[in-house]
Amino acid sequence: MDTNGLLEKARAMRADIIEMLYRCQSGHPGGSLSCVEILMALYYKVANVDPAQPDWDQRDRIVLSKGHGCPALYAILADRGFFPREDLWRLRQIDSHLQGHPDMRKTPGIDCSTGSLGQGVSVAVGMALAAKYKKAHYRVYAILGDGEIQEGMVWEAAMSAAHYKLDNLVFILDHNGLQIDGTNDQVMSLGDIVAKFRAFGFACREVDGHDIEELANAISSPEVGRPLFVLAETVKGKGVSFMEHNAGWHGKPMNAQEYAAAMAELKGTHHG
Amino acid sequence: MAESKSLRVAYGEALAELGAHDDKVVVLDADLSHATMTSIFAAKYPERFFNFGLAEANMMGAAAGFAHSGLIPFVSTFALFGTGRAYEQIRNSIAYPKANVKFGLSHSGLSVGEDGGSHQSIEDIALMRVLPGMTIFVPCDPLETKKAVFAAAAIDGPVYIRVARPVVEVITSEDAPFIPGVANVLRGGADVCIIATGLMVKDALVAADALAAKGVGASVVNMHTIKPFDADCVLRMARTCKAIVTVEEHSVIGGLGSAVAEVLAGQSGVKFARIGIQDTFGRSGKPADLFKAYGLTAEDIERQCLALLS
Ligand SMILES: Cc1ncc(C[n+]2csc(CCOP(=O)(O)OP(=O)(O)O)c2C)c(N)n1
Ligand SMILES: [Mg+2]
Repeated sequence: MDTNGLLEKARAMRADIIEMLYRCQSGHPGGSLSCVEILMALYYKVANVDPAQPDWDQRDRIVLSKGHGCPALYAILADRGFFPREDLWRLRQIDSHLQGHPDMRKTPGIDCSTGSLGQGVSVAVGMALAAKYKKAHYRVYAILGDGEIQEGMVWEAAMSAAHYKLDNLVFILDHNGLQIDGTNDQVMSLGDIVAKFRAFGFACREVDGHDIEELANAISSPEVGRPLFVLAETVKGKGVSFMEHNAGWHGKPMNAQEYAAAMAELKGTHHG
Repeated sequence: MAESKSLRVAYGEALAELGAHDDKVVVLDADLSHATMTSIFAAKYPERFFNFGLAEANMMGAAAGFAHSGLIPFVSTFALFGTGRAYEQIRNSIAYPKANVKFGLSHSGLSVGEDGGSHQSIEDIALMRVLPGMTIFVPCDPLETKKAVFAAAAIDGPVYIRVARPVVEVITSEDAPFIPGVANVLRGGADVCIIATGLMVKDALVAADALAAKGVGASVVNMHTIKPFDADCVLRMARTCKAIVTVEEHSVIGGLGSAVAEVLAGQSGVKFARIGIQDTFGRSGKPADLFKAYGLTAEDIERQCLALLS
């Protein structure tokens, strides 16, 4: 897909996210909108996955450790053909396979059940270690939230990734600067994130988290002998102006006016 | 009548009121103050509110430190992440040394709804119940939530308060007693006794009304304290009623149903059934849809009572 096609696709994915979240009157708009390009870089550019065989054992693994961002993942999986797009409109309803947080036993294409923050990265470490042990060539990508890295276990995962020289493992940080109770710095300062991951033994890169080409380049060129950390600079609520940079939109349902305004913005801005 | 509100709002308001009486009360949260409603306390007493970010294990350890220093920490996050992620910190740094820490953990049970199985704690009562010296309150309405907060502060030692998310009606009265370890018998009836806790107390009362209309006498017990457990009340009910049904928004393993079964073991003659989550995980859905799917409605209670009696 060319750059224009991807831009248009990103907007379409955002519109699907808004539609899904409006219908179920719950869920997390801010953190879903901020990770759209990160997931698109993986699913449209970098990751080796096959919608026809979601369980193919040589596929790359993708772990959305910040599981609450799953509406973005669901929109993309549907677009890639893992399941019908109509399923999206039953997000979070009883008996839908699309759970409030990713469920690997219910949804085709989900590699890891997440939702309890901090745990996905450890599972990703295990998958990367297993690949090494099996002499398999697939790679493992984990997407984290910046609030999420306050969890101590993220640093246990980081330590083990470097210790085992997991150069088949990439952590991608959705660095939107916000969590629930405010900015990262108001709640629990993160300090110099890149310096910390570097000190833990990662190769580190910083990219524009809404630039799919830049993201794809950064995550697809690992360094031999050590895990890769990519800090993706993002905007929480990206694409819907009144949600952007606003922690209040972490997990708030939209009313009818807000929904209409968001949709007008997402559908109206391109090609008239 | 007092207004309907979410138990977490009642919890946050009670904390703020308690804070006015006692400056030893401090509140800790893990990036969920607007969900647990400790934000109400934080707005009033910012110097006594500590946000630990997404770091529940560290927060529990720090709570022990506050308690060892003579303060009264109330710790809040979601029930699953508090009792689950930080279980062993609660066990070894708080319960083992009998640290004076209070847990007001919200979003318990299936009533969390749409967030799904990863967020619905169906095991928190069980996890806390096996810890020696832990007191466990499961309030059923806003009034009882407030009483639980004040009772917790008056106890020397760890106390777990299970705080549900939905907005609920007030079903108890201002002057109803809330004595830790003493169940409240809300309704008398000699055929069947429904022992309920938390959000299920209201449905138990509805079921008892429906049974009465059919000529079946049902007692209703509000078991607001799961530990220490009011075994005497259960034994009294076992002597006066033909059947006992327990109802909880929690796994039937390790919670209220288990506690009653442990008391009834060896008692002959009383029929017994446990309504609750039958050893399975929850899933996404509206709370009302989930309560139906998991057999936790007033009609389910009524049906179970009739089945036991027939
Ligand atoms: C262990 C755990 N604690 C708390 C939560 C509740 N929670 C859900 S999202 C969130 C904030 C996450 O912030 P961040 O990682 O920055 O996500 P983003 O900004 O990308 O939405 C919290 C506290 C959780 N899901 N898991
Ligand atoms: Mg964030």
